[in-house]
Amino acid sequence: MALTDKDLIHLAKLARINLSKEELEAFSRQLDDILSYIDKLKTLDLSNVEPTTHALQIKNVFRNDLVKESLSQDEALKNAPRKEKNSFKVPKIIE
Amino acid sequence: MENFDITNLTAHEILEKKLDTALVCKKLKEHISQVDNKVKAYISFEDTQKNGLPIAIKDNICVKGELTTCASKILQGFRPPYNATVIEKLAKANIIPFGKVNMDEFAFGSSCENSCYFPTHNPWDLERVPGGSSGGSAAAVASGLAIWALGSDTGGSIRQPASFCGVVGLKPTYGRVSRFGLIAFASSLDQIGPITKDVADAALLLNVISGYDPNDSTSANIAVEDFTKSLVNNVEGIRIGIPKEYFLPGIDTEVKKNIFEAIELLRKKGAIIKDINLPHTEYAVEIYYIIATAEASSNLGRFDGVRFGKQAEGKSMIEMVANTRGLGFGNEVKRRIFLGTFVLSHGYYDAYYKNALKARTLVKNDFDKAFDEVDCIITPTSPTPAFRIGEKLNDPLSMYLSDICTINVNLAGIPAMSLPCGFTKQGLPIGLQIMAKAFNEEVIFKTAYSYEQSTTWHKQKPKIE
Repeated sequence: MALTDKDLIHLAKLARINLSKEELEAFSRQLDDILSYIDKLKTLDLSNVEPTTHALQIKNVFRNDLVKESLSQDEALKNAPRKEKNSFKVPKIIE
Repeated sequence: MENFDITNLTAHEILEKKLDTALVCKKLKEHISQVDNKVKAYISFEDTQKNGLPIAIKDNICVKGELTTCASKILQGFRPPYNATVIEKLAKANIIPFGKVNMDEFAFGSSCENSCYFPTHNPWDLERVPGGSSGGSAAAVASGLAIWALGSDTGGSIRQPASFCGVVGLKPTYGRVSRFGLIAFASSLDQIGPITKDVADAALLLNVISGYDPNDSTSANIAVEDFTKSLVNNVEGIRIGIPKEYFLPGIDTEVKKNIFEAIELLRKKGAIIKDINLPHTEYAVEIYYIIATAEASSNLGRFDGVRFGKQAEGKSMIEMVANTRGLGFGNEVKRRIFLGTFVLSHGYYDAYYKNALKARTLVKNDFDKAFDEVDCIITPTSPTPAFRIGEKLNDPLSMYLSDICTINVNLAGIPAMSLPCGFTKQGLPIGLQIMAKAFNEEVIFKTAYSYEQSTTWHKQKPKIE
């Protein structure tokens, strides 16, 4: 299947990645190649097969909800590119 | 005591001969300053005063206070506030991180060319790739720039570079080693493992890093045996399966010849060789690139320029995040996030993602059935020896196909090792892959050690000029 420019722009929006026109064109060609290859999967009969999400079938790993030592505020903020008053700083979210 | 050759030195020799680790570190530093400008295995190297047995660490494993960037611009300058569990375990065994080594950005790649810094070169032929994504780890060990190293393997990222560089690489069973502090790529596939100069060091390192960790809910809560007890030169009665699906016409003739010679050697030593079938092998690449990219597109959502890394300009939060990711991620990362976003998106989820999960069951069933008949399976690690730098860079599909022998192991969650089994006429290393049932690394160690005892491939070292 071929992806249209509209599809790609929609995907870029979903993935939150800003792309140049050149990048979009190159990806469009390469993704078409990859998608036509993975279409081979459609030749398998999978109607009675259960999905495997994990190699070890672990379910519901619980732990006690205890207060433990964790990162200090200083440590947690240390790598932040922008911060103010002990908080992460980001552009305006609500108009 | 001062008279040792750093390029051949293994960790078990350092321990057996009780070598002075400060002296080992000093010699290692000298060797790095002479050779690494050609191999370019290291990204960052911090001259710590800590003393211990040195180990090179792939740049996607968190070392407290030391640069950990996944070879990505988006994480430049990131110094983790905590250690990965494997780093804590190493410290308890007096093994210290000695530099961060190169990789494909976020472990996406099979050549180490997708690093935001520079490509690493194969020490056997500097014009060729070391493999990937743990290319820096494998190239460093092969050229004696590291005694041993940690890598990570999502679809072959430990084994394929080990095969290209002529060293030993082990992907442990899924759940054997904690991934806490490993920057996630595809969480249902990722595993940390050793890259070493011989099989004994791989056993030693797996002993140190294995075990249950409450910080990784997917780590298996089972006892860890002493893997060095499996270093026994005896394969008598071990049943080895040879799947014909891994010896297709596309395979390099020299690779095929060497693998069959290795199988013959094991047969002469008393192993029982059986032909087996793994009929869904041909779907591996399709299944893997759907599941791995879907999980990656979700895992990489955390790189938004807020808590770590670089933050780009933007009038709104959404614009800032899109700009940060557009500028910070390299091409292959964007391509895979795109593919992953697509297979998870409305209207395509069932046809791609859900079907890939079902097909994964068929791959797993193939292995379950095979292991009813045999104790381990032998295949090539890669259908070809190391390719040239730049050869596959603009053809992602052909790059993906180079993983064909390794990715099913991750889909099934089983352990597998690559070990040296010869060289091509041009002098490029060839890797032999041994797979076993989940939590059955012992039979891999036993088979690999027995083979290694009868060969000298692992003792040959590249001349770097």
